[in-house]
Amino acid sequence: MSSHYDPTKAISSSAAYPEVVEHPHHEDDATFKKKVRKTTILLSVITVIELAIGLILYAMGHGANHLVVLMFKGAVCILTLAKAYYIVSIFMHLGDEIRNFIMTIIVPLLLFIWFIAAFLIDGNSYKNLRNDFDPYFKQTTTPVIHEVKKEPTTPEPGKQ
Amino acid sequence: MATTATTHKTKWWSGGKSPFNIEYGKVMMWYFLMSDAFTFGAFLISYGTIRFSQNFWPDPNHVFNAFPFAGHANLPLAFVSVMTFILIISSVTMVLAVHAGHKGDKAGVRKWLLWTILGGLMFLGCQAWEWWHMITAEHATLVDGQIQLLGQTTKVNPWGAAADPALIGDALKNTDADILAKLAYQVDHSVPVSQLVTQSKESLIATISQHDLKVGTPGPVAFGGFFYGITGFHGFHVFSGVIINIVMLIMTQKNVFERRGHYLMIEKAGLYWHFVDLVWVFVFLAFYLI
Repeated sequence: MSSHYDPTKAISSSAAYPEVVEHPHHEDDATFKKKVRKTTILLSVITVIELAIGLILYAMGHGANHLVVLMFKGAVCILTLAKAYYIVSIFMHLGDEIRNFIMTIIVPLLLFIWFIAAFLIDGNSYKNLRNDFDPYFKQTTTPVIHEVKKEPTTPEPGKQ
Repeated sequence: MATTATTHKTKWWSGGKSPFNIEYGKVMMWYFLMSDAFTFGAFLISYGTIRFSQNFWPDPNHVFNAFPFAGHANLPLAFVSVMTFILIISSVTMVLAVHAGHKGDKAGVRKWLLWTILGGLMFLGCQAWEWWHMITAEHATLVDGQIQLLGQTTKVNPWGAAADPALIGDALKNTDADILAKLAYQVDHSVPVSQLVTQSKESLIATISQHDLKVGTPGPVAFGGFFYGITGFHGFHVFSGVIINIVMLIMTQKNVFERRGHYLMIEKAGLYWHFVDLVWVFVFLAFYLI
């Protein structure tokens, strides 16, 4: 947002870059320290919550309900995005730039929505197709717990 | 907001000033970082594609459970959380270095840059230990009807499902004596390997059978390649970030920024360093948490 920029105030261009209007957004020391401390604590707390969820998943073991596992993993993904937001916005000061510039960074990143969705769906579809049409793949790669298997479970080269 | 915009409408595109109100170098650093984000994104997404195409994928809590000097203690996620905190803290010290630069505080810049460099080196040291541990570890794995001791490489890894206990008896008979000696030592540390190798295969198998030896099967081949490829590419970024920060430190020390009148270069180095932290957040998510 350009709210920090007031063109009625004196425009003192920096000696090095005359095209750049001096950034007046550098807060006083106390505000800055408070902001950095707050962000650090936030990032640490989010990381600790993520680790806790990771350990909960570990404690639930392999027999856990798939939906519950998926929900925990989704929560971790959202927390990670929150961390990314704080790093980019506060530490990298993107939040202090003017809106036009923020948009030139954020809008191209929207490509990731398609990128992630398309390629994960593709991988999943490949798995389903192979399970349907390649019984050997299904039989050798699906983990069977404590059951006699005739085939050694060495994965096929080039098939992973 | 709307009223402010109409009364103080800045003509950003009328010439004579940067339409983005930042200097060229910083704009270009941002666009470089955006393209780098796509590179990392493509790597992580290809990892996701392969993972989604498999019926089985190793559990990270099972893979990453070692800690330096903790022997065989099962400490899932402990070491990687140390690495994550090191990187977060070094990001904070970088923010402080940039802030000191804004104030033209040379001593402050020097102090915080030094801490940042130290954090980067600590992270690299941790990663070196982790890689070393993963490559040289000896996990009992059932391969072709015999037990092999496998670490994680780009060709093979021991992270498959647990082996069928019914097959282990026969597998032990097919296994070489020196591997049996190491297995016997894994289950019982009371006799050193140098003595165990002199024992007969039968007595070694008897020793192993008395204990609960955990035997795995080979996991998805792609696991190692993706892990070393992506954490290695990130580690390379950390390494180059440390080099950049060292250059910044030397330039600060030689009064280059002092003479220039501003420390804006530190800001660009800082952007790169924060990006390294940002990428780690996602690597941490993709490999260690989910």
